[in-house]
Amino acid sequence: MNKFLTTGLGAAAASALPAIASAQEAVGMDQRINEIFAASTGWFVNLIFMSLPGTNFPWIVLWLVVAASVFTIYFGFIQIKAFAHAISLVKGDYSDPNDAGEVSHFQALTTALSGTVGLGNIAGVAVAVGIGGPGATFWMILAGLLGMASKFTECTLGVKYRNEYPDGTVSGGPMYYMTKGFKERGLPLGGFLAIVFSIFTIGGALGGGNMFQANQAHAQISGIVGSYPGWLTGIIFAAVVFAVIVGGIKSIAQVTEKVVPFMGILYVAAALVILIVEYDKIGWAFGQIFEGAFTGLGVAGGFVGALIQGFKRAAFSNEAGVGSAAIAHSAVRTKEPVTEGVVSLLEPFIDTVVICTMTALVITISGVLLMDPATGQFILNEAGTSIQTIDGSSGVQLTSAAFAVGFSWFPYVLAVAVVLFAFSTMISWSYYGLKAWTYLVGEGKTKEIIFKLIFCFFIIVGAAADLGAVIDFSDAMIFAMAVVNITALYCLMPIVKREMNSYFSRLKSGELKKFVK
Amino acid sequence: MSKATIIVGLDGGEAGNRALTFACGQAKLIGDCALKLVYVIEWSPFSFQTSEENEQRHKRREEELSQARTRIMDPAVKEVTDSGLAVEGIVRHGDVADILDDMAKKHSAQQIVVGRVGLRGLKERMFGGVTGRLAVASSVPVTIIP
Repeated sequence: MNKFLTTGLGAAAASALPAIASAQEAVGMDQRINEIFAASTGWFVNLIFMSLPGTNFPWIVLWLVVAASVFTIYFGFIQIKAFAHAISLVKGDYSDPNDAGEVSHFQALTTALSGTVGLGNIAGVAVAVGIGGPGATFWMILAGLLGMASKFTECTLGVKYRNEYPDGTVSGGPMYYMTKGFKERGLPLGGFLAIVFSIFTIGGALGGGNMFQANQAHAQISGIVGSYPGWLTGIIFAAVVFAVIVGGIKSIAQVTEKVVPFMGILYVAAALVILIVEYDKIGWAFGQIFEGAFTGLGVAGGFVGALIQGFKRAAFSNEAGVGSAAIAHSAVRTKEPVTEGVVSLLEPFIDTVVICTMTALVITISGVLLMDPATGQFILNEAGTSIQTIDGSSGVQLTSAAFAVGFSWFPYVLAVAVVLFAFSTMISWSYYGLKAWTYLVGEGKTKEIIFKLIFCFFIIVGAAADLGAVIDFSDAMIFAMAVVNITALYCLMPIVKREMNSYFSRLKSGELKKFVK
Repeated sequence: MSKATIIVGLDGGEAGNRALTFACGQAKLIGDCALKLVYVIEWSPFSFQTSEENEQRHKRREEELSQARTRIMDPAVKEVTDSGLAVEGIVRHGDVADILDDMAKKHSAQQIVVGRVGLRGLKERMFGGVTGRLAVASSVPVTIIP
């Protein structure tokens, strides 16, 4: 299955950079980086994406879906039950005015969102739809809805078992609920899981949180200004990230934090305008999505291909069950861990159910995916690995092409958005990675700087390497985090249930009230 | 419990001092009148922050509160106490106009006294100054000291 991705995307990435041969020496360097990188990570990628015996269904996809379904049922469809309450919490209806000045639910949610909304929503969806057809969207939405329960579980635990230090700072995340929660329940191996999780988190931070971002940002920039070697973009990005995370130049991060939500809104607004203009095609597009979900409409791998792509990209985009959000959400000031869990379930909803679906609809409606008018089936590329597109592009380029059908100037806006999204995701993940790193090696200025330097170095590697190799490694690491994290969530879910029941019964009895303004 | 209560908005600057001087004069004229001095640290629960800022937030908040108390509130409270009036200092995070009005309601105050800060800059013109918004939205009479 995964070889599809490598070859399909590799070919597409190469075609997106046609003039690269002009910089012979640079290509040599890019290639060397790529070869070393692919050779050293291949075995791990193969292990994570191993198919179930006798099928071409990767076990990891099943693992995520089963977990999300188990949590959904175990917590009694919390994502539906608590949805309205989540919005109420974010609005601050239940925030004590005397706590004003502390991290609010809104801030914890948007901080976590800025780590997940980004290239997964733009590039990832294009990859899913390009390979799995519009039908992949259906499975992506389903995965997003189910994933809300996984998020709820991990974020509740993240807040409950975070460390609060005497100086008032907090540290939270799966590492802490693995050690403290397991101890509380008298379960063994909590410390071991925490160490393994931390190692994978560092990998995920360097992969999906860093190299994939650098890689796609470079593809987007070179798509507009013309081809040039990837390590150049890498060095520039690394320098800016270095200035923020090592140099402590807060202003850059603060500007990004303010521009990114604006970009997100602009992106959704542009998608909405396109959908409104083409409103007569929306019904048809949903038809394609539903039909494709169960038949595949002739895409590679049929409906299983659509399903795998949908679930994979959803997990990569909203990170439900991965454990990263538990780190981001644990900073909120609340007496009730459940409130943060409830707020966090909005995250996969906004990220996947709303934004990813927008992207998928625009791609489907724009007609950038070539279809055989006679049969109503998609035309596959020569290798038969993905759907042929009007300009042979994939990933961000495909989304860009789809939006350009509606607004010719949109690729420029998208390029800026991609660069900023990539940047804010890198900053978020540098924090997640750092938390895992300090958990492993201990806190300390020198130790932190070592990690930050490694992080900056991998930006250069990511920008220079092929998309195929990078995406494989990123996926593998993020999913490896999910293997460990979900194991812990299964062990600790009775604790969450107890907290949840206690909280909602107090809410119902009126013991917990809204604060009247 | 005093008969009357006046809310005074401090801003750590000249305008706040003018408001305080005026309010003290009024309180003496009224007689049995308590002053509630309010200093608001501008903060919104709907701003965007990085993970690192969130991690540090609790610590920063404590620092902001203690700085506001020692630099602005404590000297002001001392000054009013010395002049023989009943006074309480309140430091809060939030929106200045909202908090002043909330405090007026909470303490059943008769009026709010604030100093006028010159309307300068584009931001002030577009969104209206604190005094302007307070005058429009408050639930008790507002006295603005030029």
